[in-house]
Amino acid sequence: MRFRIIKNMINQGFEGMWRNRGMGLASISSIIAVLLILGLVLILVLGINNVVGDIKSKFDVVQVFLEDDIAPKDLDKIENYLKDSKSVKTYKFETKEQALEKMKASWGDEGYLLDGLETDNKLPNSFLVELKGIEHTENVVKDIKALNGVETVPYYQDSIDKLIMISKYIRMGGLVITIALVLVSIFIISNTIKLTVANRKREINIMKYVGATNGYIRGPFIIEGVLFGLIAAIIAIVIINFGYEYLFEVINDKLYYILSVHLIAPETLLKDMSIIFLSIGAGIGAVGSIFSLKRYLNV
Amino acid sequence: MIKFINVTKKYKNNVVALSNARLSINKGDFVFLVGASGAGKSTIMKLILKEEDPTSGKIILDGKDITNVSKRSIPIIRRSVGVVFQDFRLLQNKTVYENVAFAMEIIGESPKEIRRRVPMVLSMVNLSQKADSFPDELSGGEGQRVSIARAIVNNPSMLIADEPTGNLDPETASEIMGILSDINARGTTILMATHARDIVDSMQKRVIQIDKGVIVRDEEKGGYGDEVSYY
Repeated sequence: MRFRIIKNMINQGFEGMWRNRGMGLASISSIIAVLLILGLVLILVLGINNVVGDIKSKFDVVQVFLEDDIAPKDLDKIENYLKDSKSVKTYKFETKEQALEKMKASWGDEGYLLDGLETDNKLPNSFLVELKGIEHTENVVKDIKALNGVETVPYYQDSIDKLIMISKYIRMGGLVITIALVLVSIFIISNTIKLTVANRKREINIMKYVGATNGYIRGPFIIEGVLFGLIAAIIAIVIINFGYEYLFEVINDKLYYILSVHLIAPETLLKDMSIIFLSIGAGIGAVGSIFSLKRYLNV
Repeated sequence: MIKFINVTKKYKNNVVALSNARLSINKGDFVFLVGASGAGKSTIMKLILKEEDPTSGKIILDGKDITNVSKRSIPIIRRSVGVVFQDFRLLQNKTVYENVAFAMEIIGESPKEIRRRVPMVLSMVNLSQKADSFPDELSGGEGQRVSIARAIVNNPSMLIADEPTGNLDPETASEIMGILSDINARGTTILMATHARDIVDSMQKRVIQIDKGVIVRDEEKGGYGDEVSYY
């Protein structure tokens, strides 16, 4: 019996959606618009998160430049420190020759400009030190700087702090915008359902007198709202997916060239976005319906 | 069957719709509820259907105190009380058969049971030929018969009829009364609010008269009464 009631409700939900397809179309389009804006915000937030993560991981590595005339004794001391420090994950000694090779490689086609510098290589020897986390950087840098034979340890604490703060603000802003947009969608869906409910006031009234439970009356409307939400979500996902793939193709390489960071891969984004959109779509559909029904169920 | 024990209903605007009412309707009774408009007839029906809660007093239905029941059990109570309205309240986009079947679907009856019982009640109200008609193709009397069929299809122990003949000509009205009598003869309690003097006078059933919220007469085999004004 329970199963039959649920089947009835689902049938009625689909029936209601078809019967109210005009209004449904209007609210689906509005929700698509809202979800598209939400998608842009999400791409922005996730993208910036990604960039920040990328940059942070770069700061996990510090390069300790050594004086050219460093005494072997001091070199040992530095190496011992790195070997014993609990904050250091790995370290590698890089000779000035290796540094020059690397530089040439990174200059790519223009690398030939560096030819001839081998005889008068001004690049220093260095340790490449990978830390266990960005939070260890400050202490390790301070310790190493105090050792003899260290020329300099370039390190940008201020920039890192700023970056972390900016990413925090952006995430918070994204959250606020997301909540606002979700509320707007709930309002839109609840208005649509309100109209369909008003159209079916008579039916609801009869159902109540015959002894239908509130759940039975509510069910079809909630299913209708959820269907509207899901349809809007799927369309929005398709649009954003195509849009983002295009954007990715056009921008990603250029962005890497300029900032040496990547955009999030479309596949990854699509997966996250689909889950978020489908839950939000279904959620606002259900909540919107429940809101709009409250008044009519008090018979 | 149904008992009102000192029931008072005050609405929010301080109008006293029912004052200290005591009444008892037994299983199988046929009761007319008469009185001017606004006297409190509808309030009594609303209290039985749990559309309204009494301000004070107790209401007993089928031996159970329904004065203060939880919202969840209201639908269950309504399933034991069928309702017929003056304006029929049929779903226009459903056929006669579907309108009646709808009442069974709502409470989760099996399709097999629906196919068995709907034709049965339709033949009880002489509408077997109209099963596939839509409400706007029916006469007033036929429309009311559909609504009666819908009200009894779930076998309620009581049928409440709120001026069921109010919109019908005398001939059609007496036809409806015949059907209600038949239903009553099968054991269903009937409580009918009405302004139809001739019907009450000719049926000679129990009459409860209410005036300004007070029950002023409760008479076995009574008539409509002289002092009941229409408005």
